Amino acid sequence: MTEPLARPKRKNPLRRTRQPLLPQSVRSRTAHGLTAAAAQGRFELQRCVDCAAVFYPPRDACPRCLSPRVPFVPVDDRGTLAVETTIHASTDPYFRERMPWRVGLVRLDCGPVVLAHLHGDAREGDRVRLDLKLDKGGAPVLVALPAKDTPHMTDDRQLREMTCDPKFRRVLITDGRNSVGQAMAKAFSDAGAAIVFVGVADAWKPFAGQEMLRKLAGVEIVPLDLTDTESVTELAEQNGARTDIIVNTAEHVRPGGILQRHGLTVAREEMDVRYFGLMRLAQAFGPAMRSRGADGVNSATAFVNLLSVYALMNWPAYGAYSATEAACLSAAQCLRAELRPGGVKVLNVFFGPLDTEWFQTVPPPKVAPEALARAVVQALQRGLEDVFVGDIAEEVRARLSVNPKALERELAG
Amino acid sequence: MTGGAIRMAYDGVVACAPVTVPYRRFSINTAHWWIARALDGLRRAAGLEPSQIDGLVLSSFTLGPDTAVGVTQHLGLSPRWLDHVPMGGASGVVGLRRAARAVQCGDARFVACVAGDTNHVDSFRKTLSTFSRFAQDAVYPYGAGGANASFALITKNYMNKYGARREDFGKICIAQRQNALAVPFAMMKKPLTLDDYMTARPICDPLHLFDCVMPCAGAEAFLVCRDDDAKALAIPAVRLLATIERHNAFADDPVQERGGWAMDAGELWRMAGVTPDRIDIVETYDDYPVVVMMQFEDLGFCKKGEGPDFVRSHSFTTDGDFPHNTCGGQLSMGQAGAAGGYLGLTEAMRQLTGRPIGRPAAKAELALVSGFGMINYDRGLSSGAAILARAS
Repeated sequence: MTEPLARPKRKNPLRRTRQPLLPQSVRSRTAHGLTAAAAQGRFELQRCVDCAAVFYPPRDACPRCLSPRVPFVPVDDRGTLAVETTIHASTDPYFRERMPWRVGLVRLDCGPVVLAHLHGDAREGDRVRLDLKLDKGGAPVLVALPAKDTPHMTDDRQLREMTCDPKFRRVLITDGRNSVGQAMAKAFSDAGAAIVFVGVADAWKPFAGQEMLRKLAGVEIVPLDLTDTESVTELAEQNGARTDIIVNTAEHVRPGGILQRHGLTVAREEMDVRYFGLMRLAQAFGPAMRSRGADGVNSATAFVNLLSVYALMNWPAYGAYSATEAACLSAAQCLRAELRPGGVKVLNVFFGPLDTEWFQTVPPPKVAPEALARAVVQALQRGLEDVFVGDIAEEVRARLSVNPKALERELAG
Repeated sequence: MTGGAIRMAYDGVVACAPVTVPYRRFSINTAHWWIARALDGLRRAAGLEPSQIDGLVLSSFTLGPDTAVGVTQHLGLSPRWLDHVPMGGASGVVGLRRAARAVQCGDARFVACVAGDTNHVDSFRKTLSTFSRFAQDAVYPYGAGGANASFALITKNYMNKYGARREDFGKICIAQRQNALAVPFAMMKKPLTLDDYMTARPICDPLHLFDCVMPCAGAEAFLVCRDDDAKALAIPAVRLLATIERHNAFADDPVQERGGWAMDAGELWRMAGVTPDRIDIVETYDDYPVVVMMQFEDLGFCKKGEGPDFVRSHSFTTDGDFPHNTCGGQLSMGQAGAAGGYLGLTEAMRQLTGRPIGRPAAKAELALVSGFGMINYDRGLSSGAAILARAS
């Protein structure tokens, strides 16, 4: 049984903040096949195309038939925990301050024996299921979970090192005026976040959904305008040291490509809200988050970017918008590298057209703001780095891996 | 077991001039320094000029970025036969086999077999984190327990399956400590009681402090040459009756419960022309006591699964009925990196030639030495063994 997490006490301001350390995150190039799977929450190991042997650790040829055709593919995640140990002594600084630490050998039904981190409810001899996660350093690791969900299992001490669970954490939703921001606030409130700060620019201007927002448990409305550096900095000065998760919900959606537009006014606005807004947010909050990556139960843990899937391939009907989203994606990759030393993850959530007024003319399927919010919370609970929400986003992802040129041509209409 | 052609005996080849450079817990010197000390000790013991050493086989973990090639220039050697054996605890036996064939075939006349490692304050952690690609990808990020964690799992599995108890492993460690008390430079200088052993702090369940070797700096060496050359130099030597070597044996065992010896022991005894009951001294590789128990089984001193009973019914001190790791082994001497794989050989050679650094065993005509090394992922991959005889 997992001991349920206790709500953390108010932090003693005189106490030193524990500096974040990371487990070793160097991997062979081949082992990054696991990184790719873990980032999206898939359980994949290498399976030989020629003889179907499943094996681990990652290799560059099949150990049964020497074939070089050894891709990472989804495999059965079930197995038996053959033997476990509790480590009490380690030479590694990260693990040293997290002792004792349990690991064990799991014999997978699909063949290989793997060394895995152990969930507290997975015991020697038990049937288990394996999960592939990104650890504090963003490197892929195997975790053995109990075969069936157990009460409070996400509160497990070792597992929580690899997830960004909002429970008892303080979240900043950057824009509560739009339906996505409001859905997000509700989802985080429901997920047990300690406080949900919701940014609202020009609070004196009424907006739809205002009342609902104010009634949500734990929600606190704060003044925030991402196009105003001073506003962002001011909020960071007040709340930066108690912001554990940021979800940037600021949006700027306008149809049209490059030739339909006259001048740069709209493009500048887009970039100001989305790209420069992201940079303002990151510059104001990023350094404090990076230094608080090991700050106890409510350590800083994730920076969430909501990105149009057309960041990955331009959709000319919303061409300028797609280009801005691509800029945001590139900045997010940079931010991911910069926040990694603090053990803070950058979660990129890709979605197709949303079921909001700015995509009014676009035919379904569209993503409901509530569905997007649920997906974000789940991705954080699982500790993912890249998720694709909705049928269109899934399709774009799948097609990019098959024939990106065909996608480019067909998006042009 | 392995079939194939009958192997040629090691006629006319001997090993001699065992050298142990006293170990130190930490050293500010480099691996090169330790290797040089061993090599210097070796040529003095053998009465050779460095220029006469025309073969070198070398093992070290901390020599980087050099290999044996760089060491030739560093130490002013010009061998016509050179080998680098990066096989950790199996390095001694493997080096011996390589050198013996080189001498037998005339590729070299005097082969220095050397292993040495330094231990800087942080070098152990660095060795662990970059030990192998599999260790980097799939072991070190899992709690960074090092070999302790790997052997904890192997030990626990063995206990579950074969009923070994901590007390059985303790008996092995305690006997070795008793043997080590006669060695002035052993790392461990205090007697060990069963109570000390049982109540020592846990390292990785079920391993506690005294199940684990202490990393240290040190070097070991011996010479392989023709028996008439050893006679001419007037150095006592031992004959080589048989050797085996194996890598990545029994890859399908889910958790390691036997080493490559189990695959090759039959050939070892056949080639030596003796049976296990004839052996006077056994020097096993003892980074963890469970491996000792496996070697008793896999080398044929008892059957698989009988290791715990075998330990309970024998005594392992130099004056016992099964003298084992007679200078205290690595568990009491310390583990000087790759030199740990040489310790059993140099000690057996000293016992067989009547010059032990600790107490002599009652009878020392035949010795078995085994090596084991390289936890690449979840198990030790390399194993080897040799049977040595006092030269008549």
